[in-house]
Amino acid sequence: MAQVKEYIGKVKPDWCAGCGDFGVLNALQRAIAELDIAPHNVQVVSGIGCSSNLPGFINAYGFHGLHGRSLPVASGAKLGNHDLTVIATGGDGDGYGIGVGHFVHTCRRNIDMTYIVMDNQIYGLTTGQASPTTEKDVRTKSTPEGTIELALSPIALALTCGATYVARGFSGENLHLAQMMKGAIEHKGFAVVDVFSPCVTYNKHNTYPWFRERVYKLEDEKHDTNDFRLAMEKSFEWGARIPIGLFYKVDRPTYEDQEPALRSGKALSKQPLQRNDLASFMEDFL
Amino acid sequence: MSSNSNANRDLSAVDYVFRVGGEGGEGVISTGEMLTVALARAGFEIYTFRTYPAEIKGGHANYQVRASGKLLLSYGAAVDVLLAFNEEAYQKHIKDVRPGGVVIYDSDSFTPPVNNALIYYAVPMTSLATEKIGVKLTKNIIALGICAQLFDLPFETFQDLLKEKFTRKGETVVQKNLQALQVGADYIKQQPKRDPIRMGRGPRQAKELVLSGNESLALGAIAAGCRIYAGYPITPATDIMEFLARELPKLGGYVVQTEDEISAMGVVLGASFAGKKAMTGTSGPGFSLMTEMMGLAVVAELPAVVVNVQRVGPSTGMPTKTEQGDLYLAMYGGHGNCPRIVMALTSVEDCFYGIMRAFNIAEQFQMPVVVLSDASLGHRKATVPVPDPSKVTVIERRKPSADQMANYKRYQFTPDHVSPMSIPGMEGGGYVAEGLEHNESGYPAASNHENHLRLTQKRYGKFVAVEAISNDLVRLYGDPHPEIGVIGWGATEGVIREAVELAQAKGYSVGALHPKILYPLPLAKLSEFIKGTKAVIIPEVNYTGQFATSLRKRFAIDFVQLNKCIGLPFTPKEILDKIEEVATNVHANRRAAVVPVHL
Repeated sequence: MAQVKEYIGKVKPDWCAGCGDFGVLNALQRAIAELDIAPHNVQVVSGIGCSSNLPGFINAYGFHGLHGRSLPVASGAKLGNHDLTVIATGGDGDGYGIGVGHFVHTCRRNIDMTYIVMDNQIYGLTTGQASPTTEKDVRTKSTPEGTIELALSPIALALTCGATYVARGFSGENLHLAQMMKGAIEHKGFAVVDVFSPCVTYNKHNTYPWFRERVYKLEDEKHDTNDFRLAMEKSFEWGARIPIGLFYKVDRPTYEDQEPALRSGKALSKQPLQRNDLASFMEDFL
Repeated sequence: MSSNSNANRDLSAVDYVFRVGGEGGEGVISTGEMLTVALARAGFEIYTFRTYPAEIKGGHANYQVRASGKLLLSYGAAVDVLLAFNEEAYQKHIKDVRPGGVVIYDSDSFTPPVNNALIYYAVPMTSLATEKIGVKLTKNIIALGICAQLFDLPFETFQDLLKEKFTRKGETVVQKNLQALQVGADYIKQQPKRDPIRMGRGPRQAKELVLSGNESLALGAIAAGCRIYAGYPITPATDIMEFLARELPKLGGYVVQTEDEISAMGVVLGASFAGKKAMTGTSGPGFSLMTEMMGLAVVAELPAVVVNVQRVGPSTGMPTKTEQGDLYLAMYGGHGNCPRIVMALTSVEDCFYGIMRAFNIAEQFQMPVVVLSDASLGHRKATVPVPDPSKVTVIERRKPSADQMANYKRYQFTPDHVSPMSIPGMEGGGYVAEGLEHNESGYPAASNHENHLRLTQKRYGKFVAVEAISNDLVRLYGDPHPEIGVIGWGATEGVIREAVELAQAKGYSVGALHPKILYPLPLAKLSEFIKGTKAVIIPEVNYTGQFATSLRKRFAIDFVQLNKCIGLPFTPKEILDKIEEVATNVHANRRAAVVPVHL
């Protein structure tokens, strides 16, 4: 097993003291170290937001792109070289707001990569507006009278759209979170890990104590991770008790498995260029 | 038949325009395409033009093919043969038929008024199809049989085409179509031939391909080493995706159909970052969506090729019609200081080599290259010599040396402003491709003011070397030191060249310059060309003259604009008329009338 410190990046995190994202970063470094994946074979792609600064803080190849657009870039990287371990990261606004269209279709596509969403129920980098996972009636800077819209359930959305590994973690449960991530990376297919990652500066509602009082682990209740209906039911459990852990896992052929050009198993960027038979299929146009 | 005797025939004088018109969705386009391929296989140069309705069924569709024994540069002028399946087609196109031209029509559908200046062939196509074949749609094939017989085209060419087209549908279908072809030929044999048009066999012997602009472009991308194409369906670019979806797997590549154009460009950038050449293609609406990703490609310095097959805008505009309206967007679209390369494809043949060069420039300079085509070019077919990929040496991106890897800096300052680019999987090459302003190492530097200037200079600094390539990639036609100059861009190359040749034949001193890279401009070549002229005309298929505007930024000259904004390409005559008008003004020492437009 590699050492966690091998995965520490050269840039120091710029998050607020106490930010939930520190726990997510630690858990991710631990998961990759436990899986012993060399840093140069890891590709971390993010969008924009506090949590999307993560690629700079981890020793790997990184891509810090556009707000909401991490998944298309991550997909392209994986399709270009599927030998890479591709991990997309971002926040709830990035993934479930502006980027939700990509989220839906990436689930359907089932490309073998991991998506970690640091879900703090708020727009933090823009200093505190309502996000797609902000609970109804919560007051934020953009909703001084309380939010009108319903909060979205990322777990339910991931399940209905076809993600093949759907889990939730809590930044305050670091070892458990690392296990969720490890499972996600090991899983062959599109794995979603939604993480409660409290914003200590702008979300005074969903705080560490708020989560600690409510979260319980699905595995402690012998949850059947093969049961799709049960997973859907659990995905809407919100209130006095909120489940974390693995909701659902299924083996379904990945996009890469089904793409004829990749059947040889060799990554596209490593395949020798076939140019010689260009002439032969030009014949079709004679 | 006398197809094989070309003795004493001047084949360069064989130059006819055939137009097929009828109800959309009833096979007008495929009839036109089959006629086109038959003419090409018979040894003629071909140049097609089609307009079709935005609706899938209904509406009017037409397909035109010009066939000649000589090089063709435009879709031609008047129509020589009109094949009208219904009255609407007749009404719409009869004004374009030249005096003495031929009209073949479905006499079951309508009866045209008598016009002694034209030659009519009435054929009950619908009833022949239903009564003799039992399938109404075979009227298209009956029409082809008529053309084959009437214009003395090699019959076996049509037979072969039908076999190729319908074999997948089974022997019965093949036989029915062959029968329909014969029925058409037999029917017209009973009527005396009253027109002088005779095609026979054309002069071309060498192997040539019949390709559309979009197909030629897709082949060029393959030749350049592109093995991933990401796209979202959009007229008139979709057939690039369809072509590559069919052809790429034969060469170890594939197409990803994404949820939108934003994602398509995201996939391209991701794949390029991971070390694989990738491309996306779209039209105006999709290209607007990609604007944000263009900025990312620029700041992260990623090679990417983005094709925009322009259509009429703004917004949804006229999806099936042509325009050169996206030049501003291609050059300047997006926020911030955002240098990218803009190329424009000029002909079906140029689509192949142009896209190969686009990949080279993208790889060499680690920048996005926007390649502009348009509906008229993307969808027209032409005969082109079999493309030779070895004419363009494929360039790959600069990789870091072992020394550079020791202390790797992704955005290292270099004399030519291009930095060595590591690829994920290379040990020690790890970096973050940054959308934020960053320093040489790629670390975010969003508060370092001087650094932003240096990095902006680095990104724009690449233009120096690109401009040299831009100066190499211009075409000159006609008089090299003309009195009247014409500067065009993109798919107007052929029609401008034809107009220039016509004007020269009339004794005018006229020449044309046609750059292939529009941003950065080939300033040296432009200066040299403009220097000796008395007037310069800029023809563009748009309303405001986007290219003329960009030239005015660099040259203090009162360029004469010629703008066409009705969704159709120029005819040679429209450009010739302008040349004559401007020459007359110059000789009379008059300034051309300046028509004010709101730019």
